[in-house]
Amino acid sequence: MILDRRTLLGTTLAAGSTLALPRRGRAQSNTIKIGVLNDQSGPYRDLGGMHSVNAAKMAIKEMGAGLNVEVISADHQNKPDIGAGIVRQWIDQDGVDMILDVNTSSVALAVNGVCKQKNISYINNGAGTTDLTGPQCTPVTIHWGYDVYMLAQSTGGALVKSGGKNWYFITADYVFGQQLQRDASFFVKKEGGQVTGASMYPFPGTSDFSSFLISAQSSGADVLGLANAGADTTNCIKQAAEFGLTQKMKIAALLMYINDVKGLGLEAAQGLFLTESFYWDLDDKSRAFSKRFEEIDPAVKPNMDQASCYASTLHFLKTVKEMGVDKRKDGAAVVAQMKKTPAQDDAYGTTHIREDGWAQVPAYLFQVKSPKESKGTWDYYKLVQTTKAGEAGKPMSEGGCPLVKS
Amino acid sequence: MSATTRPRIVTQHRASLDLFGFSGPQSIAFLVMLALIVVLPYVGIYPVFMMKVLCFALFACAFNLLIGYVGLMSFGHAAFFGMGGYVAAWTVKNWGFTPELGILGAGLTGAALGVVFGGLAIRRQGIYFAMITLALAQMVYFFCLQAPFTGGEDGIQQVPRGNLFGLISMRPDMAMYWLVAVNFIVFFLVIHRTVHSPFGQVLKAIRENEPRATSLGYRTDDYKLIAFVLSCFIAGIAGGTKSLVFGIATLTDVNYSMSGEVVLMTLLGGLGTIFGPVAGAAIIVGLENYLAQFGAWVTVTQGAIFVVCVLAFRRGIIGEIAALFKTSL
Amino acid sequence: MSGAIAAGRRGPAVPGWALWIGALLVAVIAVVFLVGPAAVWAWLYKPPALLLGQLLLGLINGAFYALLSLGLAIIFGMLNIINFAHGALFMMGAFIAWMLLTPNTWLAMISPGLAVPDWLMLGYWPSLIVVPIVVGAFGLFLEKTIISRLYRLDHLYGLLLTFGLALVIEGLFRNAFGSSGMPYRIPNALQGGVNLGFMFMPYYRGWVVVAAGVVCLVTWLVIEKTSLGAKLRAATENPGLVQAFGVNVPRMISLTYAGGLALAAFAGVLAAPIYSVNPNMGSNFIITVFAVVVIGGMGSIVGSIVTGFGLGIVEGLTKVYYPQASATVIFVIMVIVLLMRPAGLFGKGS
Repeated sequence: MILDRRTLLGTTLAAGSTLALPRRGRAQSNTIKIGVLNDQSGPYRDLGGMHSVNAAKMAIKEMGAGLNVEVISADHQNKPDIGAGIVRQWIDQDGVDMILDVNTSSVALAVNGVCKQKNISYINNGAGTTDLTGPQCTPVTIHWGYDVYMLAQSTGGALVKSGGKNWYFITADYVFGQQLQRDASFFVKKEGGQVTGASMYPFPGTSDFSSFLISAQSSGADVLGLANAGADTTNCIKQAAEFGLTQKMKIAALLMYINDVKGLGLEAAQGLFLTESFYWDLDDKSRAFSKRFEEIDPAVKPNMDQASCYASTLHFLKTVKEMGVDKRKDGAAVVAQMKKTPAQDDAYGTTHIREDGWAQVPAYLFQVKSPKESKGTWDYYKLVQTTKAGEAGKPMSEGGCPLVKS
Repeated sequence: MSATTRPRIVTQHRASLDLFGFSGPQSIAFLVMLALIVVLPYVGIYPVFMMKVLCFALFACAFNLLIGYVGLMSFGHAAFFGMGGYVAAWTVKNWGFTPELGILGAGLTGAALGVVFGGLAIRRQGIYFAMITLALAQMVYFFCLQAPFTGGEDGIQQVPRGNLFGLISMRPDMAMYWLVAVNFIVFFLVIHRTVHSPFGQVLKAIRENEPRATSLGYRTDDYKLIAFVLSCFIAGIAGGTKSLVFGIATLTDVNYSMSGEVVLMTLLGGLGTIFGPVAGAAIIVGLENYLAQFGAWVTVTQGAIFVVCVLAFRRGIIGEIAALFKTSL
Repeated sequence: MSGAIAAGRRGPAVPGWALWIGALLVAVIAVVFLVGPAAVWAWLYKPPALLLGQLLLGLINGAFYALLSLGLAIIFGMLNIINFAHGALFMMGAFIAWMLLTPNTWLAMISPGLAVPDWLMLGYWPSLIVVPIVVGAFGLFLEKTIISRLYRLDHLYGLLLTFGLALVIEGLFRNAFGSSGMPYRIPNALQGGVNLGFMFMPYYRGWVVVAAGVVCLVTWLVIEKTSLGAKLRAATENPGLVQAFGVNVPRMISLTYAGGLALAAFAGVLAAPIYSVNPNMGSNFIITVFAVVVIGGMGSIVGSIVTGFGLGIVEGLTKVYYPQASATVIFVIMVIVLLMRPAGLFGKGS
């Protein structure tokens, strides 16, 4: 029998792969495991990514005394099948007790289904779809961050009032973009404006928006509504400037984070309206929170994603501590308890969670400062308008959540 | 692809111990495979992972039928796999089909698409055939991207597993596992029997010397088309099963990188061998699972395996093992 | 399908494609008559800003198709390899240009604090020359080590190996830089645009079309009109005989492969400011480029240039009149061409 290098290669490959076969996990009996799932390599990687993991770690540091808590994270690459597969394996094999963040609405909904099936707590901070607290609400789901209705109400409403009547949308063609366009159109029409057209583009994977911009330009609209986020939004804004669109049209970036403003630069971003539920420089408490966050993650100041990851992890750990660590696997019970008592922290103050899972956060309408008005890096926003917690977000009666007894 | 060196085929004609027409060594391999399928979930291997392996193994076997025995490399097989997945997901979710009907529908979709693709492509060979199938599969991908019923980037989500024959609930993972395992074994044997039948002999003749087969009176294009449609049918079955296991059908399943993956599995396992695709699928799915936590290293590793296999390892793992024992597996 | 030949009388044979074109013209005239010229004009007319804008974008896309398929056609003609890695090398060209422009970003990833002084950074204009040379050198290395082993194997193995190479290259870049994209500024000299009244044309996009056109023309001239090109073409047809004449054929083959890759890298640098440098830019293009090559004719230089620009324009027009089909129109054309003229529009033999 000749053992040449080919057979050796083959047998080692085969043998080695058996080591890679996933085995049924044996979790420590009282280790709380939190799984942070988000986009770590695609257009949204700077918005959540490892920064959200750090936010969770910060909450663990502050609330984890006396508890054994572990954080794991993974990249869902904006694909629902990958995200759902990871969560399923986390729950079945690795004993994960809570799923956190999950931006990208298509993945968020797929994960929602898995968590409902397995009765594991699911706190979503990064996605915008109103379905999570609407038709697809579940007893284990909490939606804490923002949703498209809130964005449309705040940014959309304000822009129409300030004179942009004819809108053309450039929309990321998945549930988030479609719902954002739908809700923004609703508010535009409510204020007397009209929608002259829309272009849907494949997400993720589109980086050249020139042909949609040309369609927008020739449609006669005076507002360009961007129903997308992250790198897609910044690319649209840059290319709009390249094609001279900014001379005749206003740009409405319906979802934008402070990281996008930094990436664009104040020169290009000045004057843009946007809505976030948190800003690091809003008041003393938020500044104190930001300072503590920067000790763990010096690269960025926290945005609403990191603030809500921190706040929801804090509340989850507090609730689990009260109920007893062994009860953490019953997602419905934990979430029901989280809804009963309001959360309390430096990032959001006091937060009540509604029956349908929506955490009632305020919506702040900001305008980006000009380079002259800004006193340094990250000093980007001036507050224009506040929608109070309880008023921001889709009203529970209109949501269509089956859990809500009307 | 007849440019590879073929292992010497040693067939044993024993009328009594004829296990589905397998030779001695092949019967042993088959029993080993059966044993692994039955035992592994009970010794701690994650059943959902095993189901994924079985679905891809079936997909790879379907692809291998085409390239190993007909000599045609289709670079667009994901179209049948993915469309089968979409149809199964949609019929089960919206029309309340039971799982076996959903899977059957998926197979028929694959076959129907195969008739269309085959009609267009079958007259070409080699590179041209690969490129036509690639282009046609891209058209299917863009169709799925835009068609409302596929849900675009969101895919078809929350597909229930339903009750087999309306009676047995498939929600527990182990129940679904047995369905997938039986499904796999049945179609694996179907492929094997097709190849070792008079029909299969004609296909072999066509692969070795098509003009001579034509001169003997065989309508070679028809034979190739039938084999192609059968391969697409089974690919559709595999896709439908996979989308029911995971409860989701997405664009990943119709993307051309999925077509590339199935080529990789078959190449690594051994083109034209019986058990090659199964081994290849197990290794590739296992590798993906293990490397997924390391970001894009999955892609790099897959590419490296391609390069290494083409340069030094064209017979694939099972092919090398078979050559070692001077038999055919 | 030749023309009618009556028994005993031979008239001029009418080629098949002429009959198809004739039938199409008759159909168009019939439609205009039935529907009325006013209705046809109303359907045809689109605001000039939209029509010309999309045509310009289509021309730009076509420029990239032409450059990439030119490289592919040259490599296939000379080496008989289907270079699936072409898209990945296009992407590599764009990335190297970015790495030369902003070295401190990626040097900091290797070790924080590692930086180079400003004068060492290479801007857009030098990159146009340097990047193709760098990638060409890499191509030489690839050819000597890996590609040369493919010559005695079936074509399909070449496709698989280069597919694997593409995966390796794309995976490595995606690991290092994520899949979202790095910004690359338009060079100062080409910023802004001109308002032509009926449309707004950014200078940079116009430059892309001109540059691509010039490079394609020069390549065609070299191959068809110079003695080097003649030797290349002869070596494609009969390498043994040409080698017997004293021409170093293996070196010519290596340089041809490097040259094809250099064309792809040049396209990459052109693309960097438009498509934002990201690891997926190659795979987005490669299959469409394959279709272009198949339509144009697998080894034909003229075919790939003309088809590349032509299909870009067709795509642009489709975006105006029937946007849902814009992604698939090239593949539909490919299927039609393959059914009617398998060697491609400009190809010779099958």
